Amino acid sequence: MSPVLAGVLQLLALMAALALAYRPLGDYMARVYSSPRHLRVEKWIYKGIGAHPDTGMRWPAYLRGVLVFSAAGVLFLYLLQRLQGSLPGSLGFASIDPDQAFNTAASFVSNTNWQSYAGEQAMGHVVQTGGLAVQNFVSAAVGMAVAVALVRGFARSRTGELGNFWADLVRGTVRILLPISVIGAIILVACGAIQNFAGIHEVGQFLGGQQQWQGGAYASQEVIKELGTNGGGLANANSAHPFENPNGFTNLFEVFLILLIPFAMTRTFGRMVGSLKQGYALLGTMAVIWVGFTALMMWTEFHHGGPALQAAGGAMEGKETRFGIGGSSIFAVATTLTSTGAVDAFHSSLTGFGGGLTLLGMQLGEIAPGGVGSGLYGMLIMAIIAVFLAGLMVGRTPEYLGKKIGTRQIKLAACYILITPALVLCFTAAAMALPTPPHSMANSGAHGFSEILYAYTSGANNNGSAFAGLNADTPWFNTTIGLAMLLGRFLPMIFVLALAGSLAEQAPTPVTAGTLRTEKPLFTGLLVGSILIITGLTYFPALALGPLAEGLAS
Amino acid sequence: MTIDTTKQKADTVKQEHVLPTAPPTRAPHQDLPTGHESQGRVGAGLFAPGQLVKSLPDAVRKLDPRVMVKSPVMFVVLVGSALTTAFSFTDPGDWFGWTISAWLWLTVLFANLAEAVAEGRGKAQADTLRKAKTDTVARRLAGDTEEHAPGTALRVGDRVVCEAGDVIPGDGDVVEGVASVDESAITGESAPVIRESGGDRSAVTGGTKVLSDRIVIRITAKPGETFIDRMINLVEGAARQKTPNEIALNILLASLTIVFLLAVTTLPPFASYAGRHLTLVVLVALLVCLIPTTIGALLSAIGIAGMDRLVQRNVLAMSGRAVEAAGDVSTLLLDKTGTITLGNRQAAEFVPVRGTTASDVASAAQLSSLADETPEGRSVVVLAKEKYGLRERTQGELAHAEWIAFTAQTRMSGVDVDGRSIRKGAAGSVLAWVREEGGTVPEDAGEIVNAISQQGGTPLLVAVEDADGARVLGVIHLKDVVKEGMRERFEELRRMGIKTVMITGDNPLTAKAIADEAGVDDFLAEATPEDKMALIKREQAGGKLVAMTGDGTNDAPALAQADVGVAMNTGTSAAKEAGNMVDLDSNPTKLIEIVEIGKQLLITRGALTTFSIANDVAKYFAIIPALFAAVYPGLDKLNIMRLSSPDSAILAAVIFNALIIIALVPLALKGVQYRPTSADKMLRRNLGLYGLGGLVAPFLGIKLIDLLLSLIPGIG
Repeated sequence: MSPVLAGVLQLLALMAALALAYRPLGDYMARVYSSPRHLRVEKWIYKGIGAHPDTGMRWPAYLRGVLVFSAAGVLFLYLLQRLQGSLPGSLGFASIDPDQAFNTAASFVSNTNWQSYAGEQAMGHVVQTGGLAVQNFVSAAVGMAVAVALVRGFARSRTGELGNFWADLVRGTVRILLPISVIGAIILVACGAIQNFAGIHEVGQFLGGQQQWQGGAYASQEVIKELGTNGGGLANANSAHPFENPNGFTNLFEVFLILLIPFAMTRTFGRMVGSLKQGYALLGTMAVIWVGFTALMMWTEFHHGGPALQAAGGAMEGKETRFGIGGSSIFAVATTLTSTGAVDAFHSSLTGFGGGLTLLGMQLGEIAPGGVGSGLYGMLIMAIIAVFLAGLMVGRTPEYLGKKIGTRQIKLAACYILITPALVLCFTAAAMALPTPPHSMANSGAHGFSEILYAYTSGANNNGSAFAGLNADTPWFNTTIGLAMLLGRFLPMIFVLALAGSLAEQAPTPVTAGTLRTEKPLFTGLLVGSILIITGLTYFPALALGPLAEGLAS
Repeated sequence: MTIDTTKQKADTVKQEHVLPTAPPTRAPHQDLPTGHESQGRVGAGLFAPGQLVKSLPDAVRKLDPRVMVKSPVMFVVLVGSALTTAFSFTDPGDWFGWTISAWLWLTVLFANLAEAVAEGRGKAQADTLRKAKTDTVARRLAGDTEEHAPGTALRVGDRVVCEAGDVIPGDGDVVEGVASVDESAITGESAPVIRESGGDRSAVTGGTKVLSDRIVIRITAKPGETFIDRMINLVEGAARQKTPNEIALNILLASLTIVFLLAVTTLPPFASYAGRHLTLVVLVALLVCLIPTTIGALLSAIGIAGMDRLVQRNVLAMSGRAVEAAGDVSTLLLDKTGTITLGNRQAAEFVPVRGTTASDVASAAQLSSLADETPEGRSVVVLAKEKYGLRERTQGELAHAEWIAFTAQTRMSGVDVDGRSIRKGAAGSVLAWVREEGGTVPEDAGEIVNAISQQGGTPLLVAVEDADGARVLGVIHLKDVVKEGMRERFEELRRMGIKTVMITGDNPLTAKAIADEAGVDDFLAEATPEDKMALIKREQAGGKLVAMTGDGTNDAPALAQADVGVAMNTGTSAAKEAGNMVDLDSNPTKLIEIVEIGKQLLITRGALTTFSIANDVAKYFAIIPALFAAVYPGLDKLNIMRLSSPDSAILAAVIFNALIIIALVPLALKGVQYRPTSADKMLRRNLGLYGLGGLVAPFLGIKLIDLLLSLIPGIG
């Protein structure tokens, strides 16, 4: 079988698996967030944290919950890392420096999982399992909670109440992320992933010399790393490491886990707003962009010029032979179009255009399908912008799902779309303009610029993948990327929740023949166009000086 | 008194000819545009290029930064123009900097020009209005004595006297007397109208002229806040405030401007790392090309032109908000009389009593109506000719006939000829006449009269007195006639997603018959003001926006409650105060056009915004290779237009960006073509035209400008 055909078949198998899971999971999640009943274990948790899960929260209260919980998470993670040296079960690793500890805490709480450290050389079992892995669950659950709050804003009327943050947080973790993780971990272990709390093994290499292997809860970390679109692995090589991702099947299974919840959330959305078709329209938009990007990625990686590359059947540098170009392309696109940031190949070694696609994928705001929760609310914000333009063109004050898009709604949506470009471009410009930060680049020329652009794009969009090459463990990068991650995560959430509040207060406008039909393919096309033009054009000059200059050079 | 019984009464009253001098029907405005005219139905006056030149001084005056700051997009261009100009002074030999600066200034100027032209069209109208507002001397009543006071000194509650030839000094209500008034100063309609105390025709407007009789007016508006003052402000755009939707769009445009501002201001460090030093001139050029200048420049012109389109239709919107709301309306409440049916009932049938034939009745009815000049009388003659084949006769043919003209007292018309007397008129009057002449009334006459009344029609009796004595021949059935083209119009509205509800004082049976005939979606029969109010509130509770027309004082609460309330100019001042629009022609059908104008306004904004944003793609393909192909030669592959040189590429993009504004001014003023159709079709069409068009057009335009530029020595 030719590698191209293998790649295409993998993509088709992936689509079939996602399609099978879409309905049951989407409907199940809708039930989870709508059910009035609490599980016993949930009641214990509520009692433990003193929450009243049946109290409806208005948006400021909901936001307060998000911020307080996340701030506590940052503080806890920071302290845990700073104290690692004196904690048992730390494999003898020292405490983490303040700037790196801040960066890592910000990174895991913001669902980014940018790692300026090498996992197997810095973090012991306690920090990995008791700190980072916990955030892998709850930071994902926070994203889903905010998305569900926005969906309730559309679904409800004449009320300011968006549900209860604590209930949404706990249910997302207990009823959605945990059960899938358990099943997923068993599948991964069955396929060869490692799961233990072993110490460090010294292993002799074939060509002489010694190598250290560190045991750990790889399989269970791996599942939530992908399922919660986190991306931070135990090993520095991330999903390219055989302990995390042993073979071609686990590779495809991990991509499946990455895309599973973000795609299915469109079904949850459709269910909760009472129109599955509206969910399909968003699903269509996400799918068109995702399939388009994957096809382009495969095309550029398989058809890269040059005799050495052609002899290898395409650009194999930085890729694992057990995944091949197809599997690596599918993974690279999935990880950057969601907020995952796990990698099974070095993005720095992708072709110029391939690297550009991973950058652009994040710059679109990670909405196709995006992070768990954040993908859905990011897409809904773009839908509001597209509805505003299209709504005017049908001669009515724009409305989406029966809610009018007026001054306040546009103001909040506009603030949302301003944040990440502002963070990415300003931090990148500052890093380029200052004398020291460019010293972290491993390459010169356009590729070197891409490294820094990629770092801030990844941080501000809460992706967490690295272009590799850049030495990001400097006080400057640890601090600025840490800030980019926190601001890029929580400022948008403020606007999303404020928007949800303003929508929930509105009375719905009934649908007439004069209403813009947002469930039709035409609207999907418009939405894809708006996303590519409005967010894509923002980064065009920067992309031209990085990956485009590189890709067009040959 | 209730609204619809009022209307009902007004109709009946007219029917019975009490008001022979009722306001003349304004034929040109009452004509209902039919489906055939739908193309360009809500278009506006043509745009003459000469207006651009005439508005130039105003455009220059608008360069004031304090004015410009209201449009964030154009303010950025203004600042950019100033920066590049200042920069060019540091390098006076650089022709490129000067040329870019010049075109940036032109971009700002073109934007101002668009606004100035839009305002200019209103100014001419304002001047005409000012002429009407000459200083008048009021004859104020202090107790019973008259004193002269300047019109500006009048206060609310003052009573003034106006006689034939006087100009009414201020807005008010007639409290005494009846007079014919020339309102051409504000409506442009030369036929005089009747204003009388009490009832729904009591409002008079300052600046109009009393033609006959004497009236006493109680002033209801402060000087400076009269109708004519508001109208002047409105057409001049002085009172124009940004509408909610315009504000929302401005916010979106401002945020896009910030995004592109970020993209451009962060570029120099990236570029200098790549080894390219970018000058301020090219950075500003890039920025101006990317920010949505096209829509930013035309936004306010679109708004002014939308109001102007209403003014041209003799509708005054008291706020732009109302015009926008009109586009959102999903329920239209339409009064039956005058809107759905012709204002006057028309003869539909001649019903003979036992022993006579329909043609006997037709013949007698025709003769007796020749002296009746009311619309109802004329309709009898027309029916006799068209349906019963009776040759049209004129009064002159019967030289020795004695014509009994219709009077309000007798409520009959007729003729005495060759020993026969024929009378036609209101049932009561004719019956009285027959009895007076010693005749008898057949039993079935009463039955026919009752049957017609029950169907909602109006019966007129025809009687004759000759050798056989006086007797009733038959009955003329007058009924409401649905205006031509109404059914198609309602069909269109349904396609646009608008529900029509007919409001009538008729009984449910009659109402249903007319509703079915006209094709409205729903009707409210035997409507009281409370019913009407309840209907509006019910629709609004369901999230719908409601539009209605009204003229009576008891319409006022409903007019105020409705999202779009159009008061008739003939109506009371209470109604005019309550509504958010006034129709100077007092033509209730215009509500439909108002809705279309509201929609067209929004569509024009959306279309030009989409066009403006789509334009950016081509501009990137022009400017990015021009800037960076020198350091990264591969980027020249992005120069898909094969522009001749970096300088000419940037210049071509800037020139295109400026010229497109001027090119689109006519579209902004006229509004995009609007045809009532479903949202889906409309979106498909506009996306194709302005979305795809916006992607493609600049590629062609920039290439063309570049070709022309390359002919200039030293650039290509």
